Amino acid sequence: MGERVAATAAGAPGEGGSAFARTRSGGPGAAEVDREPERGEGGSAFARNQLRFIRMLRAAGIPVVVSQTLAWFQALELIDVGRREQVFHAARSLLVTRAADLPLFDVLFDRFWNLGRTGGRAPHAIRPPRPPQQRPRPAAGASFLGQAGRPDDPEVDVIDRRRTWSAEEVLRSKELAVVRRALLALRWRVGERRTRRLVGDPAGRRLDLRAVLRDAARHGGPPLRLHHRRRKVKPRPLVLLADVSGSMERYSRVVLQFLWVVARRRTDVECFAFGTRLTRLTPSLKLRNLDRALEAAARRVIDWSGGTRIGDSLAEFNRRWSRRVLHRGAVVVMISDGWERGDAARLAHEMRFLQHRCHRLIWLNPLLGQAGYRPLVAGMAAALPFVDDFLPVHDLASLEQLARRLATLPSRRPERRQSLVASSFSAAEPADLLAEPNHGNPRQQSSVGERRIG
Amino acid sequence: MVLDSIDDTAATLARHDYIADAGLSTCVFLALKMGRALFLEGEPGVGKTEIAKVLARALDTRLIRLQCYEGLDVHQSVYEWNYPRQLLEIQARAADGAAGTDGHEHGTEGIFTEEFLLKRPLLQAVDPSLERAPVLLIDEIDRADEEFESFLLELLSEFQITIPELGTVAARHRPVTVITSNRTREVHDALKRRCVYHWIDYPSAERELEIVRLKVPGIEERLAGQVVRFVQSLRAQELYKAPGVAETLDWATALGHLEAADLGAETVDATLGLLVKYQDDVDRLRGPLTRELLREAAEGTG
Repeated sequence: MGERVAATAAGAPGEGGSAFARTRSGGPGAAEVDREPERGEGGSAFARNQLRFIRMLRAAGIPVVVSQTLAWFQALELIDVGRREQVFHAARSLLVTRAADLPLFDVLFDRFWNLGRTGGRAPHAIRPPRPPQQRPRPAAGASFLGQAGRPDDPEVDVIDRRRTWSAEEVLRSKELAVVRRALLALRWRVGERRTRRLVGDPAGRRLDLRAVLRDAARHGGPPLRLHHRRRKVKPRPLVLLADVSGSMERYSRVVLQFLWVVARRRTDVECFAFGTRLTRLTPSLKLRNLDRALEAAARRVIDWSGGTRIGDSLAEFNRRWSRRVLHRGAVVVMISDGWERGDAARLAHEMRFLQHRCHRLIWLNPLLGQAGYRPLVAGMAAALPFVDDFLPVHDLASLEQLARRLATLPSRRPERRQSLVASSFSAAEPADLLAEPNHGNPRQQSSVGERRIG
Repeated sequence: MVLDSIDDTAATLARHDYIADAGLSTCVFLALKMGRALFLEGEPGVGKTEIAKVLARALDTRLIRLQCYEGLDVHQSVYEWNYPRQLLEIQARAADGAAGTDGHEHGTEGIFTEEFLLKRPLLQAVDPSLERAPVLLIDEIDRADEEFESFLLELLSEFQITIPELGTVAARHRPVTVITSNRTREVHDALKRRCVYHWIDYPSAERELEIVRLKVPGIEERLAGQVVRFVQSLRAQELYKAPGVAETLDWATALGHLEAADLGAETVDATLGLLVKYQDDVDRLRGPLTRELLREAAEGTG
């Protein structure tokens, strides 16, 4: 396809053409990498400016491949380049492929083509540019995580004085490596669901007429053998929501490692962090190198170790992301101590919304590992009625327990309390709310285990 | 019909009752001129599917629609053999053979020919016998799975389909392709790069008013203004699902049927279900918030 466009561009009259004939390359893979026509290769100043603009987009993190550049030059022949609006919209439609990049593109376009102009109107300037490299590092989180790679790691106070991570599992970087190895050793399978796609299977229940008749055609007579199909199974999508607020600070590094391992192991995983607001971490955590991934993640989160507004963060998730990531029977895992500084009723409301839209809602609470812990904090108490599994995460054994739980999720949704209406809990005192997780069936009850204190 | 410029495109769409902003007109123009698919992403109800229908009307050609869903595969999107007919044919031939009244063909000869082929939308779109390029609408691609995406990627570059038993079918006219996505999942970049990509936003107040006037003929000017201002202010609210243009039009039409001359709080409360579709949102809006928004909408009038 790259070749085809290249040919068209080369054939078209005008300044751009000749310079681009040379980019025709071997495979599509080669075309995808940065094989840009070099600057000054016979192009006009106009063409060179276009290329500079594209390089600027790339530098800011908008991926533009060569085939797109070629399409852009092709389009320049078709539009009225004297009309800024046309140039803007054409560039936007051919050089950007992600809605999330559009605001950034708008600002960059304006900046680039407005050089030396004053009073130029930004067509759609909504947000300031956010090239990740330029953002000032947040104090607490970045320094805390940024040290991950240094050999002589100064002591960071992440020792849990509440003895949840036991003395053998103190979280200095050496021990973090132990946790990482343990995490990597687990398979992190997520319970499967049946898709609507059919695959051939002798034991299947559906007749595969296509195969039957093809067989018949092969021997030229009536069908002699029956073939069958069944529905293909796939692991469920997984959505992880991690609390990185002040009260969870001591666990942040383990939690992020956990997210990274799971995100690397599974394809259909989405990760978010929240404190007072929600941050999507998925792209950062897909990085191969752990330290780099954690650094990238740390840069994204702007409210490390701050206050906690779980309800507000969930509201943002429910409105902005739930339709996009909670599809096809997704499993949601929340990691938080439930320490809510905002309105507990709001948290309950958003939890209910979330629970109704996922296959299973699992809440991991590091405090649950402590003897005598009771989920009495207002936020935790408000959220608990909408949790399908309430599990501890305080040591390696609990992580293994989680992995087992995820791998053996029942294929049916748990029975849930349907009678709670939004208005009924807004009036109630948080402490009056059912301080125990939803348990419609006995299997679920067991998942809470002996740690649950009614 | 040939579209010469972006302005011409916008005018043509407007003639067919579609009000497109500069961005969309540019994209439609480029897609047609460059022979690329138009990839439209946006919230539900902002007129993504409509553009394909309008294009088919404007180009005076056939609209071929493929509605995507999970598990959509080659058999439902490209072609399938008519198995019952094939089986009957084999049976009939066996009976003929027994009766000694032998036909021309034996056994399974010729049961994989065009006569037994069921053409699904994608195969219809590349049919070389088509007089002119059809409009191919691939609706809600985000509902299909990745396997289908990669198949589509191939189709979009060649517009030819190979049926092992019959050979290759290649389009004589490249179909005008429109792909829509509600973004319930991210469609792969590789596919979007082959398209002209456009994010359809909610329209501005002026444009939405224009749309309401056009699509709800006979609506009172004053009411139309109130409706649009109210809906626009709803979109600024924290809702689980904001109303799209489709909802605005439904609502305006309903208000017309109710012969409401003015937007009153009772009317809004009674018809809120046409605008917002989640009970949580209805609960949130009903009552004081509605009144407040209405006051704002009314102020805009004076």
